[in-house]
Amino acid sequence: MNYFVIGYYALLIGASCLAAFYGKKSAFLLLFSLTLVSFIVGIIGGETWLWNITIAAGVIALCAGTAYAFREFLVIVTPYETSKALAKAPLTASFGLFVIMTYLIAGVFAPVIAPFGEAEVISQSYAPADENMLMGADQLGRDLFSRLVYGARNTVGLAFIATTLAFLAGTIAGLLAATRGGWFDQAMGRLADVIMSIPSLIFALLMLSIFGTNLSVLVIIVAIIYSPRVFRLTRAVAGNIVVMDYIEAARLRGEGMWYLVRKEILPNSTAPLIAEFGLEFCFVFLLIAGLSFLGLGIQPPTADWGSMVRDNATLISFGEITPLIPAAAIALLTVAVNFVVDWMLYRSSGLKE
Amino acid sequence: MTEKKKEVLLQIKGLRIEGYSDDKWTEIVHGVDLTLHRGEVMGLIGESGAGKSTIGLAAMGFARDGCRISGGSVEFDGMELTTTPERDRRALRGSRIAYVAQSAAASFNPAHRLIDQHTETPTHYRIMKRMESQEDAMQLYERLRLPNPQEIGFRYPHQVSGGQLQRAMTAMAMACRPDLIIFDEPTTALDVTTQIEVLLAIRDIVEQFNTAAIYITHDLAVVAQMADTIKVLLKGNEVEESDTRSMLANPREDYTKSLWAVRSFQRDQKTRPTGDVAPVVSVQNVDAAYGKTKVLDNVSFDIHAGMTVAVVGESGSGKSTTARCITGLLPPTKGKVLFKGEELPASYKSRSKEQLRQAQMIYQMADTALNPKVRICDIIGRPAQFYSGLKGGELKSRVDELLDMIELEPSKYYYRYPTELSGGQKQRIGIARALAANPTFIICDEVTSALDQLVAEGILKLLDRLQKELNLAYMFITHDLATVRSIADEVVVMKQGQVVEQGPKDEMFTPPHHPYTDLLLSSVPEMDPDWLSRVVDERGVDNIGEAADTSA
Amino acid sequence: MGDVLDIIVKRLALGAVTLLVISIIIFGMVELLPGDVAQAILGQGATAENLAALRARLGLGDPAIVRYFDWLGGAVLGDFGRSAVTDTPVGDLIGPRFANTLFLACYAAVIAVPLAITLGVIVALLRNTIFDRVANVATLTAISSPEFFLGYILILYLSVKTGYFPAIAKLSSDMTFLDLLHRTFLPALTMVLVVVAHMMRMTRAAIINLLASPYIEMARVKGMPAWKVIVKHALPNAWAPIINVIALNLAYLITGVVLVEFVFVYPGIGQLLVDSVTKRDFPIVQACCLIFAATFILLNLAADVLSILTNPRLRHKK
Repeated sequence: MNYFVIGYYALLIGASCLAAFYGKKSAFLLLFSLTLVSFIVGIIGGETWLWNITIAAGVIALCAGTAYAFREFLVIVTPYETSKALAKAPLTASFGLFVIMTYLIAGVFAPVIAPFGEAEVISQSYAPADENMLMGADQLGRDLFSRLVYGARNTVGLAFIATTLAFLAGTIAGLLAATRGGWFDQAMGRLADVIMSIPSLIFALLMLSIFGTNLSVLVIIVAIIYSPRVFRLTRAVAGNIVVMDYIEAARLRGEGMWYLVRKEILPNSTAPLIAEFGLEFCFVFLLIAGLSFLGLGIQPPTADWGSMVRDNATLISFGEITPLIPAAAIALLTVAVNFVVDWMLYRSSGLKE
Repeated sequence: MTEKKKEVLLQIKGLRIEGYSDDKWTEIVHGVDLTLHRGEVMGLIGESGAGKSTIGLAAMGFARDGCRISGGSVEFDGMELTTTPERDRRALRGSRIAYVAQSAAASFNPAHRLIDQHTETPTHYRIMKRMESQEDAMQLYERLRLPNPQEIGFRYPHQVSGGQLQRAMTAMAMACRPDLIIFDEPTTALDVTTQIEVLLAIRDIVEQFNTAAIYITHDLAVVAQMADTIKVLLKGNEVEESDTRSMLANPREDYTKSLWAVRSFQRDQKTRPTGDVAPVVSVQNVDAAYGKTKVLDNVSFDIHAGMTVAVVGESGSGKSTTARCITGLLPPTKGKVLFKGEELPASYKSRSKEQLRQAQMIYQMADTALNPKVRICDIIGRPAQFYSGLKGGELKSRVDELLDMIELEPSKYYYRYPTELSGGQKQRIGIARALAANPTFIICDEVTSALDQLVAEGILKLLDRLQKELNLAYMFITHDLATVRSIADEVVVMKQGQVVEQGPKDEMFTPPHHPYTDLLLSSVPEMDPDWLSRVVDERGVDNIGEAADTSA
Repeated sequence: MGDVLDIIVKRLALGAVTLLVISIIIFGMVELLPGDVAQAILGQGATAENLAALRARLGLGDPAIVRYFDWLGGAVLGDFGRSAVTDTPVGDLIGPRFANTLFLACYAAVIAVPLAITLGVIVALLRNTIFDRVANVATLTAISSPEFFLGYILILYLSVKTGYFPAIAKLSSDMTFLDLLHRTFLPALTMVLVVVAHMMRMTRAAIINLLASPYIEMARVKGMPAWKVIVKHALPNAWAPIINVIALNLAYLITGVVLVEFVFVYPGIGQLLVDSVTKRDFPIVQACCLIFAATFILLNLAADVLSILTNPRLRHKK
């Protein structure tokens, strides 16, 4: 027993009691469960684990604080309608928005932010961090921080382009299938079924082995793999709209298909489609990161998070967290997008749950 | 009923219920009192959103997810339900207070046989052994006049028809011989000829076991048959309460009177123009099929200018399919549709813009008939722009004119979205959209059946006025004979894809006519407490509803 | 029962056709190569003799149709031809590795499936409480993280810093079963984390969806206690969604294993696939893809058939 452990439990139990006293049921449940978990973890893992929990709690609190401040900021700067929606957004969603914005800035202004070029060798391999290099050097002596910033441009940018392509192809096919119906609908449905019954990573590997690993091939492959998912969703969403009486009224008026899609169907399917774009982006991003990690995606010397993990992987056996940093960058963005999508899906589903 | 002094079974005082929406609790029932004696049947009546079902469930000490009882007391047989622990309240449910839901098809568990669901409560409370309860179920089925009472319980819900399921659910509610049963719109989803059987079965069994009941419905004629006393609700408040006969004879409040008045709207019947005038629409020997299933069989009728032809029939009779054939959404397999003497192309895709303009349609559900993301001015303006090529100021004045026609203030509604309007207003916009095309013929598909009675009457009057002003021909699809009485000139009766009978309205409402028409007409509940008994006397208990239908 | 049999036969036939179409895609894709396979494998610098020799070895002289049926016929019997690079029979290379991959997948499944379903049901019952929200954030985070991120975190904390488990899942023939479980624990755990998160979310959604149905409300107003409502009224109708959740995740376990095998240097079929893609050893790539796709389709097929069998509407026809 030392002061840290005593203080740790005193703080937790004190906070639980306060929460219980003021009738904050959720806060109390959370704090007291954490206390109980800490007893067990503390006995098994000792003081270090309690430290880890403390650090984790601190990080979460910091994130929550950032998210809260960012949400209040957004509520003030955005116009009325948007700010009303944002005011009710959960902290996770505003945290997601914050992260996405940060990545966006990093990606767009990469050359300004990064102190060195992405392929610039400035030091020895695996040099530790110093005043020049925020996070040390990689296996060839390039600045890790600079490469991380450029990675935001390359990895995220590529995933974004691939998603957009998949999304455009899938949405157009889905809308056409829903409005035209008949054999076109049937044929597209079958095609989507077949493509979706091959696991995506495996399909990507097969095509990469044949067509080689260059960027345009990668983008097209990813678009082919993921457009059936978008197609299915669009087909389902549009299919629900097409049976509405207002569509029938427009058809009986003699309106053309282009008018139907543009004026009647699209305005009613934007919410689920935007959410799907977010989800799709996560899948594509993870797939591209995975391929790069396997050495089959974005090729060196372009800075890319997946291959950065692979290049620095050996450091993990020395207890260094260097390879975890680009991996965390990937995870953080996916989590952020998922948080925002989760909120949007909840909003569009109303109060169903 | 009131002659002997009765014991109070259920006493609700100042009941307040809140519902959770938009992240806050809002009160939906504002202090309702209710006293129910043993063996008494009370009808709760009101429009949608009146809080009828919520009050019904609260009588069991039950609140749906997202609802909570926020004030008042519910005392059942001396037990205060709002303060009793959930465990004890639960013990009342099923055994002493039972519930019959609106949709039996959705409320029976699809994974179990009817008999297993029936015996669940009695065996759970150890009131009966499994076999006893099973025997009892069969007897109840027999009393409720279900076919094959010995066997029907061993079927799964999807193997039994809607009317039979509703009676099986009533039997299930009776399983423990409760003191009180809550009937929540038990016949709303059923056709009239099925409804009458279920009504009779429910009324008889409640009487036989002297069970008290709360009968929730929006249909005055139905409640008149079932209830001893009627309580009228409006937006979570009580309007008035009295026993059935005096309520019907002498309603006190304006709101109640207005409910009664709806059925009184009736306009003069018009007759066909004499001489050799081609009808606006002439359906000639039309057959139609969905895939291989034939749904229309040799349907023929005419609609003349300025007249209303009501097409009546139960669900599945082919009323709406006929409309789809006329509009060209479902090309007929045989026969043709003439418009002012000219044959129309079978599919709407091959019709000219002018042909499409002449025939317009108004839908049942205004919610799905108007695009929620388009402003009113564009919804109404589009047909005017599309057919007449109006633009700018001309278009705006045309939209204003149309809004005036449907009695909505143009400046107020011009830029609104459909979601900001009430049900009746939405239906008016639907009418304006049809008018915007300058049609000569409009198909009205159940346009009033989703609306509350008062609003529905407003729509009927509007349609009538527009018909006079613009000399429109209407094809009025409906299952509601009260509506037929008020506005039809001619009636077409359909059954299973065939026209059973047609003719001028006054002839259709005076006997003699086809047995099915007879059955259909006499099955519609009337605002007379003795109606059900009278029909039973006329037809005999075993010859009601479906049974009569098949023998006909 | 006739109807059900009919539906199942139709579903099986559809599965067989899909598999056939996929075999055509996998085979045909290689035919799309600019030049031919031998050229692609040996590269630009290959001599004419070497090319001719490889072409002869791969039997490229025959037309594509003949080679496709040869290949498919062999594949059905477990003979996938010979490696284009090492000339060893592909079947011999794949066999033991496929067994390893299956072992890892089963290991993870045995832990993940019961855990995820239990947790999913618990979270569904605790919906809209603080635990539900914490679980939501935690599972979202887990499914958003790439497998290699989770894998390296586990290696760092459970292997490098504490030494509880080995970081590299090397297998040898003289290991005891316990040894095997110990060595492969980290890769299995990585997959468990991802799969549990997925399955929990799906189970929760399925249960909540079910609890909103009118017959559940009916059971509650009939006075049934909460456990009986769940066990007797919800569960019999929950089989189809739960089976689908399990199948989907088992399919993931078998196919998503590639990255995990790579992180832990586990000698499974996924690693072989990645190696072969780098070396452009097409016979192996084709064989691996066919095996993965077949497993995926079979699992989905099994799930569909089971859901049909548990559907009372189909089991007891009108």
